[in-house]
Amino acid sequence: MRIGVFVCHCGSNIEATVDTVAVAEAARDFPEVVFATDAMYACSEPGQAGIVEAIRENDLDGVVVASCSPRMHEATFRRTLERAGLNKYLFEMANIREHVSWVGKDRTANTGKAIDLVRIAAAKLRCDAPLYPAEFEVSKRVLVIGGGVAGIQAALDCADGGIEVVLVEREPSIGGKMSKLDKTFPTVDCSSCILGPRMVDISQHPLITLYTLSEVEEVGGFVGNFTVKVRRKAAYVDWEACTGCGLCMEKCPSKRVSDRFNEGIGKTTAINIPFPQAIPKKASIDAQGCLMLTKGKCGVCAKVCPAKAIDFTQQDSFVEEKVGAIIAATGYDLFDFAKYGEYGGGRYPDVITSLQYERLLSASGPTGGHIKRPSDGKEPRDIVFIQCVGSRDKSIGRPYCSGFCCMYTAKQTILTKDHLPDSQSYVFYMDIRAPGKLYDEFTRRAMEDYGARYIRGRVSAIQPRNGRYLIKGADTLLGEQVQIEADMVVLAVGAEAAVGAPALAEKLRISYDAYGFFLEGHPKLKPVETNTAGVYLAGACQGPKDIPASVAQGSAAAGKVLSLFSKDKLASDPQVSAVNLQRCVGCAKCASTCPFGAIEMTVFRGQNKASVIETVCQGCGICTVTCPQGAIQLRHFTDNQLLAEVHALCPY
Amino acid sequence: MPILEGKELHIIGFLCNWCSYGGADTAGVGRFVQPTDLRIIKTPCTGRINPLFIMRAFLNGADGVLVSGCHPRDCHYSQGNFFARRRLEVLRALLPVVGIAPERFAYTWVSASEGQRWKTVVERFTEQIHALGPIPAFADPGRIETCLRGQANPYGGSHALTA
Repeated sequence: MRIGVFVCHCGSNIEATVDTVAVAEAARDFPEVVFATDAMYACSEPGQAGIVEAIRENDLDGVVVASCSPRMHEATFRRTLERAGLNKYLFEMANIREHVSWVGKDRTANTGKAIDLVRIAAAKLRCDAPLYPAEFEVSKRVLVIGGGVAGIQAALDCADGGIEVVLVEREPSIGGKMSKLDKTFPTVDCSSCILGPRMVDISQHPLITLYTLSEVEEVGGFVGNFTVKVRRKAAYVDWEACTGCGLCMEKCPSKRVSDRFNEGIGKTTAINIPFPQAIPKKASIDAQGCLMLTKGKCGVCAKVCPAKAIDFTQQDSFVEEKVGAIIAATGYDLFDFAKYGEYGGGRYPDVITSLQYERLLSASGPTGGHIKRPSDGKEPRDIVFIQCVGSRDKSIGRPYCSGFCCMYTAKQTILTKDHLPDSQSYVFYMDIRAPGKLYDEFTRRAMEDYGARYIRGRVSAIQPRNGRYLIKGADTLLGEQVQIEADMVVLAVGAEAAVGAPALAEKLRISYDAYGFFLEGHPKLKPVETNTAGVYLAGACQGPKDIPASVAQGSAAAGKVLSLFSKDKLASDPQVSAVNLQRCVGCAKCASTCPFGAIEMTVFRGQNKASVIETVCQGCGICTVTCPQGAIQLRHFTDNQLLAEVHALCPY
Repeated sequence: MPILEGKELHIIGFLCNWCSYGGADTAGVGRFVQPTDLRIIKTPCTGRINPLFIMRAFLNGADGVLVSGCHPRDCHYSQGNFFARRRLEVLRALLPVVGIAPERFAYTWVSASEGQRWKTVVERFTEQIHALGPIPAFADPGRIETCLRGQANPYGGSHALTA
């Protein structure tokens, strides 16, 4: 083999702590290396042109690039090789940036380490063989998980692009958090007026299949050919028959069920339609609150239902869907402020979350849009808003900023003044974070035009006093303590990963961070991709996001799916297992260990032999280690290739 | 292999592509400074790591071998790290039998987002290997002593190898 080695400076990223010239010099002594040089930016256009030229001039048939992580630029350089007419798998990368220059301070030690990494790359390259991808059919349907605004946007964009969409939502209605909001910042336009029509579009679009009150149970397969099992939870109502007339809600005697849609402010009936604009507008029964399902007597709803839709015997059912891509848009949940003892830990009825307050503001809420204290139904006069409850606080394991709380609090102070002109709002804040179009102007308006008093500092205690609350805190700008008596306290609770997000990530085989938010493919360049091909992200499941950003990601994810589906066939990764028939003894151990069922046993000239289904094989290599004969080898990561790397690193 | 004489030891890391290799990248992007001894070999999954690779590394003079993969239940290939865990546990039990101190080998789980954790893992493991020093040559009586001591037999004293 004629190997060429290119050592990248990456500007000063590598060169500052690694002597790249010395690395190239050392590489010239490695076996079969006939050319080695350093390059300023190997990935740049002139850098890649230099590689192509060197391949042609020196008749190279294998290339090592020592630069950044292969997770960053392996695909880039493989395309470079293709342009030069080489097979793109005759390429190895030495990661001398993330694993060397950025983590080591000693230039001599770093240079030695970089030389070693190039040595193992060259040693592996000598064992590499050209590989050729196969093609496979794509199922041009997409699964969208989560029917919040991000999922709705993704589903509509995909469906408008002409592909079939399966939308799965855990709650009885789509709409997500946005459907609970009264108004949106910074335009103060009505949330349900802008979301409502989009929700209707979902229900009426001929290409969208909607499963609400459903969850993804199992995910199998791979990009282009996923098989998804969806659990449709029992609603105890036949939704084919239900017309959404609401008669059952009027007559249901069990009226003490906590209202999930209204965030537990107020009560609802055991059988209910969550809100007037619900999509689908179908009733479902809360099994814990239903007298018939808990005590076996009642059945009023079944008697009054004109469509005879009530079915107390209904069980969870399952449907299986075949899709080619998946968009996760599972959103976020709210931080539970009971962790903060100083805010009452949930004991004070008039200390509520921002989303509960949003329901009080909403005309479709439990108070019909009149701000009333949950404890006694009186209109409050003084309202204290506390920011960063469960955000930017290391002590409770939430060091990140939730991003949108500053803005919605400003909006809520404005709405409060609109609803109650004699009221006074106080906002305890840490910093105002308003980076967005018209955002800072908006918070200014809250302060200057609507008279909200902003106090920079934290609250140390909330104490009940004569039917009101005494809020003790610090004003760090004045350097003094403040005490405010208020009728109501609204906590700007931060965002955290949705309940069950890690479990879903495990089903989808995508990564999640320490807080449970899904991990994007690259923090800058792959914001909606994941490390699993065919699985994309949209909205706050990836990290706290406001509505415009969630919508943008929904569209972005849809764009990714549409470009994936623009081809009729996908090229399979040839880095899969292959069986050496002469060595295979037909023991079937590989078939029993394969997590994907990618190995089938076949008969070849009267003998049992293993055979790999190339499009199903994911390239993990478990079989290779299992095989007692070394007969099944994972291409590009064969025993010989990995051992060559080990040998290159060991002193003898 | 040109290690920095007197300063560095031969430490080889086998990392899965999806979690730990990404975690090591994240550590790099975050500029979490680490000792320079470790050289990383990328594998698709910890399930691809044949314990005999590790044995080969020790026989050829590596002073320490570290394996890192996805956290249990978070494997990109759903089960690879469970296979790895079983195989590597057996390997650990085998190491003292052939006279290799089992402390020279470790396996752990680091996800792609855990840059800080990767730094800690590298620091601790490098420290551990430096405390043990270079691996004794085959003829070294210390090696035989390790065999006889059976100190790290995971199943306790009753199975300990005695002369």
